[in-house]
Parts: sequence; C-alpha cells; structure tokens
Amino acid sequence: MAKQSQNPYRHPFVRWIEHRLPIISFFEHTLKHYQVPKNLSFLWTGGFIAGFMLVVMIITGILLAMHYIPHPDHAFDSVERIMREVNFGWLIRYLHANGASLFFLVVYMHMFRSIYYGSYKSPRELLWIIGMIIFLIMMATAFLGYVLPWGQMSYWGATVITNLFTAIPWVGDSILEWLLGAPYVGAPALNKFFALHYLLPFLMFLMVFIHVWALHTNGSNNPTGVEPKTAEDTIPFHPYYTVKDLLSITAFMVIFAFFIFFAPNFFGEPENYIPADPMVTPAHIVPEWYFLPFYAILRAIPDKLGGFVAMISSILVLFALPWIDRSKVRSLTFRPISRALFWVFILDVIILGWAGAKPAEGNYIIIGQFATAYYFIHFLILVPLVSRFEKPSGLPESLSAYYKNSCHD
Amino acid sequence: MNATREELSEKGKKRRDFITLTATAMGGVLAGSIAWPLLQSMNPAADTLAESITEVNLAPILSGAALTVIWQGKPVFIRHRTQQEIAEAEDAPMSALPDPQTDKSRVLKPQWLIVTGICTHLGCVPLGQKKTEPRGEYGGWFCPCHGSHYDTSGRIRKGPAPTNMIVPPYTFVKEDLIRIGESS
Amino acid sequence: MLGTFDRAAAQRGYQVYRQVCASCHGLKHVRYQYLQKIGFSKAQVKAIAAEYQVRDGPDDEGEMYDRPGKPSDTFVGPYKNKKAAQAANNGSYPPDLSLITKARAGGADYLYALLTGYQELPPANVDLVPGKYYNPYFPGGQIAMAPPLLEGVVTYDDGTVATPKQMAHDVTTFLAWASEPELEQRRRLGIQWLIFLSIFTIVCYLLKRSYWKIIKKKSSNS
Repeated sequence: MAKQSQNPYRHPFVRWIEHRLPIISFFEHTLKHYQVPKNLSFLWTGGFIAGFMLVVMIITGILLAMHYIPHPDHAFDSVERIMREVNFGWLIRYLHANGASLFFLVVYMHMFRSIYYGSYKSPRELLWIIGMIIFLIMMATAFLGYVLPWGQMSYWGATVITNLFTAIPWVGDSILEWLLGAPYVGAPALNKFFALHYLLPFLMFLMVFIHVWALHTNGSNNPTGVEPKTAEDTIPFHPYYTVKDLLSITAFMVIFAFFIFFAPNFFGEPENYIPADPMVTPAHIVPEWYFLPFYAILRAIPDKLGGFVAMISSILVLFALPWIDRSKVRSLTFRPISRALFWVFILDVIILGWAGAKPAEGNYIIIGQFATAYYFIHFLILVPLVSRFEKPSGLPESLSAYYKNSCHD
Repeated sequence: MNATREELSEKGKKRRDFITLTATAMGGVLAGSIAWPLLQSMNPAADTLAESITEVNLAPILSGAALTVIWQGKPVFIRHRTQQEIAEAEDAPMSALPDPQTDKSRVLKPQWLIVTGICTHLGCVPLGQKKTEPRGEYGGWFCPCHGSHYDTSGRIRKGPAPTNMIVPPYTFVKEDLIRIGESS
Repeated sequence: MLGTFDRAAAQRGYQVYRQVCASCHGLKHVRYQYLQKIGFSKAQVKAIAAEYQVRDGPDDEGEMYDRPGKPSDTFVGPYKNKKAAQAANNGSYPPDLSLITKARAGGADYLYALLTGYQELPPANVDLVPGKYYNPYFPGGQIAMAPPLLEGVVTYDDGTVATPKQMAHDVTTFLAWASEPELEQRRRLGIQWLIFLSIFTIVCYLLKRSYWKIIKKKSSNS
C-alpha cells in the first residue's frame, strides 16, 4: 500500500495516528482544503448554528434526564424540583426549553434560505431530502419532549395529536393504542415518549453527518446560484468561514441568553405550569409556535381524515420541491416573479401561524382555509408554472463578477 | 485566493494576532463558564443536602446489643457496649492502630458507640451488628467484602480499609434520646 | 432589569398566605428553608416549620405518624389530596399556589387584579350561580373563592396597616417569589452573560473582519 508514503505529516505521533486512522487528513480536507464559494452571506451560517443547537439540546437534555422522572405522578414535580432544587437546574431547563424554540427558528431560516437560493436544485436534491428527514425527526422529537413536563398543554397536546392517528381508516384505533401503550395518554405513553425523546436526537445527529457528507460532495450553493468555475471563485473553509460561523454563533448566543435570563417563558404557555388533568381540557389548546402553520392547515379542513391528510401533505410537498421547481436558475435574485411569489409565500406561512394560534372559530377558520389553499396553490400550481416560463434576468457570468460589484457598494 | 498571513502588513499581522489571542482567551472563559453550571447540576441538589436528622430512642437497646438506623440514606451503627468492650477499646495501644484515634474522642458517652456503618475500604456494610454474625478478630465488626477487621470502637485494626469508621454528628437530647445529624 | 423582590413585602405576604390563603391553598413545591431567602431568620423558619404537622413514617411498628415540620420539609397543604380539597369546597379545587404567577396569563398583575377585583353586585346581565362570587378578572367572571382579603383579616407584625390593597400587593409579591425563587440569581447572571457575550461578539467581529479584509480587497481589485 502506498498509504505510508502519502502520509504528509512530520510529527511522529500525528504520523502514527494518521497511518492507522486517517482522521488528521480527513479534518484537513473538510476544513482547510475544502473550497467554498467566497460570496456566502450570513444566512449560510444557519446550518452551523443549527448543528450547535443540536449539541446544546443533547447536552442539556442528558443532564435533565438525570433528574427527570417519566411517570404521571412524578413528572411535573420532578421538573419543578429541577427548577428549584438542582444546582443551576433552572438554567439547564430554560436552556433546553428556549433552545427548542430557537433551534426551530434557525432551522426555518436555514430552510427558507435554501428555498430562496434554490439550494435544493440539482445536484443537491438528496442534500435537501436528508435535511427534510432531519426536520421530520426534529418535529417528532420536539412534540415528544413537550409532553414530558406533564403540564396541561403537554397532556392535551399529546392527546389531540396522537388522536390524529384515529383518522386513519380501519386501523387508526389500533395504531393509537400501539403508540400509547394504552387506550389513553397515561403512564405507558409518558414512559415511551421519554425513551423516544432521548433516542431521536442521536438519530438526528447521525443524519446531520450524512447531511454534511452530501453537502461536501458537491459543495455549498451560494447567493448567486452560479456554481464556482475558477479558483478565484472559492476560498478555503478555514479560516474564513470558521471565523464567520464563530461570529454568527456569538451573536446568536446574545439573543439566546436574553431569552433564557430575561424572558424564559416567552415561548411557553402559562397553562403548562398547571399539572396535567385528564378531566379538564384548557379553553384554548395551542401547540408550540413552530407547529402553528401546520396546525392551522390541520384545522382548515372540516373533516378528520381530510385535515390529517392536508397536514401531512403540507410537509411531504416540501420533499418534492426539487422537482416542482423546474427552473434551471437557482437563485431567486435573478427570477423576479418567483421572488415575489416567495415573499407572498412567507406572508402566507406567517398568516397560517397566526391563524393557528387563534381559537378555532369564525373568521379565523376562514382565513386559515384561504391561507391553506394558497399554501398548496403555491407549490402545486404557481411554482411549477412560473418556474417553467419565467425568464431569468441579470444572471452573472460568475459569482466573482457579482461579488465584486456587491463589494463596491 | 488564499490570503495568507504574509499578505498582511506588519501592523496588520500584529493586530490580527492580538485579536486572535483575545478571542481564544474569551472563548476559553466562555467554555468554562458554560461547563461550570452544567457540571454543578450533577452535584447533590439542595433538597438532597437539606438538613436531615434522625432521632433514635436508645432505651430498648440492651447492653451488648446493637441497632442499625438509616441517616441520609446510609446505615448508622448504634452499639450499647459492655464494660468489657469499653475496656478493650480504651486499652488498645495507639501503636497498634493504623488510624490512631482514642476511644474517648469517638464517643460522647462510653457505653454508646455510634458510627456510620460503612467500611472505609470500598463502602460495604460490615457484619457484626448481630451477635450471631462474625465480628472479626477484634470483637467489633468484620467486613466480608475484602476482610477488614474493626474493633469495639469502630477503628480499623486489620485489613485493607485505610481509616476508622466515621462518627456522624449526633447529640443527646435526653438521657436515652439521640439526634443524628445535629452536632452537640 | 435587575428585579429584586421587596423583602419586607414578601415577608408580610407570607403572613397573609399563612393566615388567609393557607386554609385552602397549598404551596407544595416550596420548602420552609427557602423562606430564609426572603429574609426570615433561621430560628424564625424553624418555628414556622414546627407549626405544621408532617406525616412521616413508617416507624418501628410500621405505623405512620405525625411530627412537627422541619425546615427541610415542603409546605404542608390543607388537604390530604385533590378529592378531599374538592369535597371541602363544593367541587371546586383551590389550586396549589407554588406556581400561580407562572401558571396564569398576566402573572403577578393578574393575581393582584383578581384579589382586588371582586364586585359585591354583579352587573344586571350576569346570572350569578349560587355559592359563586362575581369577579370580572376571573375567566367567566364567577369564582368559587370568597373575597379573601377583607379589612383587618391580618394584623401585620411590622405594624403596616393591612388594607385589602396592601395585603393583595404583599401576597402577590410573596407568591411571585414562590413561583420564581431563582429570579434574582437569574437576572444577575443574565447581566453578566449578556455583557460578556456582547464583548465577545465584538471581538469575533474584529477577528472576522481582519481575515475577510483581504478577500474583499482582492475581489474588488481583480
């Protein structure tokens, strides 16, 4: 084998390691020699922050699990014990609770960036799909985790969402019982949810590795959507993007710290500080904010199965995005009509989220229904049509040419 | 395209090195300040540490008998020593003790020996509370895990244990009533 | 930002809780020891704890027994369990107050408004259920709790005049503290973290700029 002669390192210990496990060269390739378009904006640091948040969630989660008791008689009290008795328990719990919200915030920005700059387009379809799988696992993890404190919202959220499965014809009820380990949300379900909530993040971690692997295969997209052509177009990841990611992380941490220390219950519901009571449903059940748009879609269809199907479809349609969007040009910067549609779509998602937070009555339902209709019209009619016929304008020759102009500004 | 250090001016190099050093130092402080509370959370919680007191009525314990009570999740040995046991404990020469302590310094009243019933070797509970159990070569306790022998003052005499069994804080509330966990 | 609890008000609030609220409402997540944090002395806390009877055991005969409370115990509630509480209150459950300001939209303000918001005569269009009281701040407007803070129901140890408003203010302070005993430490740490992280962000910005300066320069020249 020529491996020995390829070993480029001088230090004997480094050589020794490299010969047995080429991990040193692996890190050099992924950090130093990995060439990245030089024009990535701060939106491209979202992936790194999301990865950072995953680690924060796993670490704080493991520490919380050391004190948490997954049993209906003790769950609420054990969380309260963490808040009052465990050293810095309040800090760790608030890190975890607010972390979930900010994690979603960052992931949504990451996804919207991909959509705006066409990062899901060939040859990055799989990268996008793996990302969507991560998103699905993340939603499941968040839902399971929200049940654990066993407050009123935990309990009723779990009841309502798991009851969705009864919408499935014939086998729905059996699936529900299988999921809950009982015909109702109780001790078996809580214990099971805890086990799964602990497991899924590690699955996410694995998927993140595959996500990065896929990313490094074809490299990052960039704000112009034009692939790098010459050496002039790219720079090494380290140090340029390590310092940029670092700056993003620190700025992000300022915001994170603000919520933890000064508004720790901003994203939460007061109702969840009331212990779960199977006899009393709270007046307004709302999911956490990051589920609100999907929740609004669920409620928009006045049919049990229909609502369920619509909600699932609203997520599944994103998987197909690389084939729904037919345009050869990635970045919406050079596709004015699609760009306008993108912002209308964002507005639609915000309206959905707003409608999802409102009680299910009167005009809120009608607004939710219109917004739901538009959501599907966007993906199933507008994007396929516009992407086929729209003429791109101002597409630059190379990303360097575009970057040069933006540097002069 | 790689802008190396050499492309910077002398002043620029110094400046960047200084900023890098500052950022590294602050990053270190940050990592430490994050790690500290996280690690602290694994230490005993406030309610676990909260003052825990066990009251024991000594009256039913006859001379020569013993009682085991639980204090802070650990067994505490209470032995009503006989005159002979007291004499043995007091007469032991200091030179024969791996962890020299006088018997007087280990009791409040000579007939009552109160020690945490945990072998100082690796934490097993020694035998000898019942008369039917082996009490080791010195008439106190014998740890079956690795063969440590304790005398009638709970002091290590033979075997791998490094120190004497620990005397917990306790106080006599009345003639026959002690409170473990409250020092006198 | 650096909110602290008014110690004197919190202590008076404890007195209101003890003499008025505690006959129906528990405070089960709070240990007596924590009262030291709002300024009670160790001896006072010991005396307060000893006023309560704590169910403990089993003893050597296997029986449960009552003993005086210790500072390390949590507050003993007025009822054995939820059913007993409902049975004693015409089916309404007086909630535990340990988390009351966190568990209600509006928090401490809601609590104060509720305590001072009772109206003797309901508006004409309200059909008051027998055994309920009219309070516009309570969801639905009809609350099972009788107006608790009547003139002179408490005589303050520190000589403050116990008007209903004063009592409502004090007990709200006490219960806000009971809900978030970590608040003061949290905000103090928060200030330190925000300052440190802000400076660190500035340093990282300078670091990033020092590297990117060359890239930007080269790109705009080429």
